[in-house]
Amino acid sequence: MTDSAPPASYATVAEKRASRVRWMLLAPALAVLLFAASGPLLITLVYSMLTPADYGGVIWEPTGDAWFNVFMQRDIFDDTLSWSSAHLSIFWRSVKLSLMTTVGCIIFGFPTAYFIATRPKQQRDMWMLLIIIPFWTNILIRTFAVVELIRNEGTINTLLMWTGLIDEPIQILFTEFSILVGMIYVYLPLMVLPLYASMERLDFSLVEAGYDLYATRMKVLRRIILPLVKPGVIAGSILVFVPSLGAYVTPRVMGGGNQLMIGNLIELQFGQGRNWPLGAALSITLLAIVMVALMAYVRTAGKEGPGHG
Amino acid sequence: MTAAAISARNLRKVYPGSPDVVALADASIDIQDNEFFTLLGPSGCGKTTLLRMIAGFEHPTSGTLTMHGEDLTNLPPYKRPVNTVFQSYALFPHLTVAQNIGFGLEMLGKPKDEIKKTVGEMMELVKMSQMADRQTGQISGGQQQRVALARALAPRPKVLLLDEPLSALDFKLRKDMQLELKRLQTETGITFIFVTHDQEEALTMSDRIAVMSAGTIRQIGGPRDIYDRPAERFVADFIGDTNFVPAQIAANTGNDAQVTLSSGKTVTAKMPEGAALTGKVTLAVRPEHASIGAEAAGLLPGRLSEIVYFGTDTHFHVALDDGTGFVVRSQNRPNETLPFSTGDRISVDFAPGVGQVLRD
Ligand SMILES: Nc1ncnc2c1ncn2[C@@H]1O[C@H](COP(=O)(O)OP(=O)(O)O)[C@@H](O)[C@H]1O
Ligand SMILES: [Mg+2]
Repeated sequence: MTDSAPPASYATVAEKRASRVRWMLLAPALAVLLFAASGPLLITLVYSMLTPADYGGVIWEPTGDAWFNVFMQRDIFDDTLSWSSAHLSIFWRSVKLSLMTTVGCIIFGFPTAYFIATRPKQQRDMWMLLIIIPFWTNILIRTFAVVELIRNEGTINTLLMWTGLIDEPIQILFTEFSILVGMIYVYLPLMVLPLYASMERLDFSLVEAGYDLYATRMKVLRRIILPLVKPGVIAGSILVFVPSLGAYVTPRVMGGGNQLMIGNLIELQFGQGRNWPLGAALSITLLAIVMVALMAYVRTAGKEGPGHG
Repeated sequence: MTAAAISARNLRKVYPGSPDVVALADASIDIQDNEFFTLLGPSGCGKTTLLRMIAGFEHPTSGTLTMHGEDLTNLPPYKRPVNTVFQSYALFPHLTVAQNIGFGLEMLGKPKDEIKKTVGEMMELVKMSQMADRQTGQISGGQQQRVALARALAPRPKVLLLDEPLSALDFKLRKDMQLELKRLQTETGITFIFVTHDQEEALTMSDRIAVMSAGTIRQIGGPRDIYDRPAERFVADFIGDTNFVPAQIAANTGNDAQVTLSSGKTVTAKMPEGAALTGKVTLAVRPEHASIGAEAAGLLPGRLSEIVYFGTDTHFHVALDDGTGFVVRSQNRPNETLPFSTGDRISVDFAPGVGQVLRD
């Protein structure tokens, strides 16, 4: 045996260098994870367990008050404990409105995406552009555009009164319904984009095969199109549901300050409320709600076996 | 006689555009029950368009389409007792093999046990019983083809439409499937309308063939009719190999005619049905229907320019004295020595009644 393995030290040097290169390549990703994700989250978590300072900020005195206040309240007269109904109703409204927004976006987004996906190829980009352009506009401006439509002296009410269908304006603005309308409008592109992406890949000869095999339009939609574009529906639902739950601009403008959602509640603690720890605790609560909801959704949506969509 | 399974009258389809595309120009066709009927023609001649109109995916621009005498025009695809085997198979990727085959029956609202039974029979019929629970992405092209076939046959349609179903298969598999399809058609007794651009496939499988070109139907007939008695130059050229021989009508006796060739010799030739032709015509002669012989003996003198050996037969390329070319194909026999070699003066001969006068 003349040839032997290279000296041990040789191999170790190469290995060391390889591992150094690996760490250097990983560094940017690790930095992002540390400073942009885990870091802020950690700070929020820590703040939620501190005492609020009088004019905002925190005093470094650990306390569970903020977390207590997220869920419970103490009667100011007789000190009895009860669930914090104000907070719970805001949580409930947020979850409810976000779910309704998601469903609404599917209802309006699905036909829209289907329409675009079935246009001739050279027209599709133009239609997609029309969907995306509003998305490039500032969210406040888009929200106020909807306000202009539905306020008491706005376009819809003026038109209805002019045609004589109604005598007095219908109060749409500053209701839960108006928040819903605003959020559906604002988040619709987030639903249309992934839906369109999966529909564009849909082989429409499968739709024809469905018709050919005696499936009516509804059956083709339920048994063929929906199961095949399900990944798009799931992606779109997540993209709409998550920001809806934390939304505060749209509920603020459309709800007029008396129909709060979690986002508004959090904003309040860091602003007028000057209770940063409570705001931090609420933020973490929001995060928890999002995670629980997503896990439940992905589990049920993913479990439905093929052919039963 | 009962009404035809499918009857098209002056069926026309124009796709608007600039310029408009006339995919089908007033085609008329009658397809009988129990037939293996083939639409044959080059790519773009309107075969798929005709098939899609029968299936209900396209609306005719004008003309009528009936099934056993009933108007199909306003019947949506899901109400037509017609099923399609798509060129791309179009199997549902989210369903198993068995679920694919049972889909049509399920949509028709058949009871579960009946669906199960029929699906089992169909899988047996196309020899896919072992694969019932496979996903369609996990089976080979030939197997997908069989599933597509079983899926379309399961609801027992009155008419089965097949759009170039074999074009994606390799040669050997294609040959097997040709026989298989023919067997399925005989066993099920369902009318098959089969689309292909492969003339050999059409000749092998069909009861009758419609030869199409540029949106029109040029000739309808049995494989032998189409091959032996092509009505016009396009058909003679598209189906098999043909020599086109310039000729002059000397006497027309209805079914036959005496034609004078460029060499001055006269021979009997078949006339196309119902054509009153005079003067200059073209004669179609199949290479295997002609022979070569000594210069003075045959109809058309010339020089042997090339001899190509093909194993089963030999092709003799002849440069005729009138300036045209002619190919003679003769079957090889064991221990044969060729009487001629390249460059020899020879002549081409064919028997009376072999040449077919073409309607140009
Ligand atoms: N949807 C369509 N829009 C415009 N032109 C079409 C369409 N479908 C087919 N055509 C045109 O119609 C003609 C016939 O097409 P087709 O029936 O598919 O031919 P084949 O199946 O014989 O190849 C072709 O010229 C084709 O380009
Ligand atoms: Mg075609």
